[in-house]
Amino acid sequence: MSLQPSVADSLYRRRVATERIMTGVMMLAAVLAVIPLILIVFYVVREGAGGLSLDLITQDPNRAGRPGGGVRSALVGSGIMVGIALAMGVPIAVGCGIYLAEFGQNRFGTVIRFLVDVLAGIPSITVGLFVYGLMVLPQRQFTALAGSVALAMIFLPIVARITEEMLLLVPRSLREAALALGAPRWRTVVKVVLPTAFPGIITGIMLALSRIAGEAAPLLFTSLGNQFYSTDLLGPMDALPLRIFNYATGPYEYWHEQAWAMSLILIGLILIVSLTVRALFGTRVTVKQ
Amino acid sequence: MTLAVPTGARRALRLENRLRPGDWIFMTLAGTAALTVLAVILGLFYELTRTAWPAVRKFGPAFIWETTWDPPKEAFGAGAMIVGTLLTATAALIMATVVGVLVALYLVEVAPRWVARPVSYMVELLAAIPSVVYGVWGVFVLGVFIRDHLGPVMVSALGWIPLFDGTPLITGLFSAMIVLSIMILPTVVAVSRDVIAAVPRSQREGILALGATRWEMIRLAVIPYARSGILGAGILGLARAVGETLAVTLVIGNRVAIPHTIFDPAYTMASLIANQFTEVENDMHRAALMEVALVLLAITFLINAAARLLVWRVTSGGRIAVIE
Repeated sequence: MSLQPSVADSLYRRRVATERIMTGVMMLAAVLAVIPLILIVFYVVREGAGGLSLDLITQDPNRAGRPGGGVRSALVGSGIMVGIALAMGVPIAVGCGIYLAEFGQNRFGTVIRFLVDVLAGIPSITVGLFVYGLMVLPQRQFTALAGSVALAMIFLPIVARITEEMLLLVPRSLREAALALGAPRWRTVVKVVLPTAFPGIITGIMLALSRIAGEAAPLLFTSLGNQFYSTDLLGPMDALPLRIFNYATGPYEYWHEQAWAMSLILIGLILIVSLTVRALFGTRVTVKQ
Repeated sequence: MTLAVPTGARRALRLENRLRPGDWIFMTLAGTAALTVLAVILGLFYELTRTAWPAVRKFGPAFIWETTWDPPKEAFGAGAMIVGTLLTATAALIMATVVGVLVALYLVEVAPRWVARPVSYMVELLAAIPSVVYGVWGVFVLGVFIRDHLGPVMVSALGWIPLFDGTPLITGLFSAMIVLSIMILPTVVAVSRDVIAAVPRSQREGILALGATRWEMIRLAVIPYARSGILGAGILGLARAVGETLAVTLVIGNRVAIPHTIFDPAYTMASLIANQFTEVENDMHRAALMEVALVLLAITFLINAAARLLVWRVTSGGRIAVIE
């Protein structure tokens, strides 16, 4: 017994209609997901482009309320703190990744792998408070060094994980070839596996770098921010995202303008890093803020 | 775990017995680096508990539901902030999951390569924008749009529901929900895309061979298979939304009270800390803020752990190439 032709027909038509509608809904969702990026980039460029000037990057902030001046202190501060965070974070993160990929096939490795994932999801503001208790409170002094340590802690799980993934992508045959030639495992890793995975690891480091460069939450209670130009690691230091936050919440119109211009600089740097890394290495590695 | 001479063929095959002295040093160095992760997590819990201890002792469990936050009188309860955090995060989660899973399905099942690549790249770029920039955009663009256009329309259309009957301002709960849902969208898309891509081909081919349309295939074969992984994706997004600080601080309106409508100003745990910590009025105030951070840490830790386990199970222990 089959259904009457007309019934089967209408059933089929309904199924095809549902198919079309749902395909449309999925496309709509994709469009909807892309719109915010376009809007944000559009507004940051439109509002920020006017505020860009040589003064902005070569002058220090004026006394509050006096238009003009720039944000050199914040740019330099961000550079210093991110640089130190990198110097601390890279060896530890890459070491951790090497352990997980090369020696981590045991229970300890599983636990660490899990903790790396969890640490990556912990709010950066709690990391900031941790470093506050660890370094700022005992010394009774906000320091750039504390800021760098907080940034390094955020950097660590991201790069550890990418390193592990990149090392695991290195073909087994390469390792076996080195071992068969009599190389000890450490030489195999250092001379064969790491160089092969190098582009991927660098990609991960660059992306993690662009992420910590945009972080303000862990710096609020560690490096605090600074009105004045400072390169003293043991004193408070300014950073780009901190100054954007302060200016955006402040009362002056020219502060808002400069906040947009700084956002443009920050987004510009991050997009350039992201695009370059992708163009150079083309690996599918992404970092979520 | 010694370098002793192997006693049998099986032991000889074990990794430890094939390591030479140089390997041991190398492994120990790498292992120390790995231990740092453990140290950081333990340190986080220890340090926050230690500094929060005066408040933990004084207020006890009532801290969780008490809604007074009065620094001069040293009366503290995180109730309003916990409600604000959960409300914004849950609303963001729902919006981001609905859109995000549809986008992921589109990218994996429907879109041709030349569309899928740029679209997923653009969604990923959304994740690269710093939190503070979202905040600035949320205040000066989105907030103004909500106050002048979207808000009034919503109030006149949905105002008969008490939840929507408010006065739209630039900052408030609704602005925070929108900004947060945009911010966690990349997480949801990326994780559910990987989970959906991990559904075996045979699963799809089987139902297509029975004559299913593409949507029937997605509904009957793909989604059920990927369900717990998609749940994991949502929970990972939730964890991000709960801990998000600066963007929310800028757009939520910062008022310690339980909101009654979605246009009311409110507070989240992270934004309270960001706003008040550098201007604490007394030691108890600082301890109370530390306790808020401890609650926040515990919540995100649990959420993350649950999500990881779910995602790991679906991708059968394989890692997914997404870093939170």
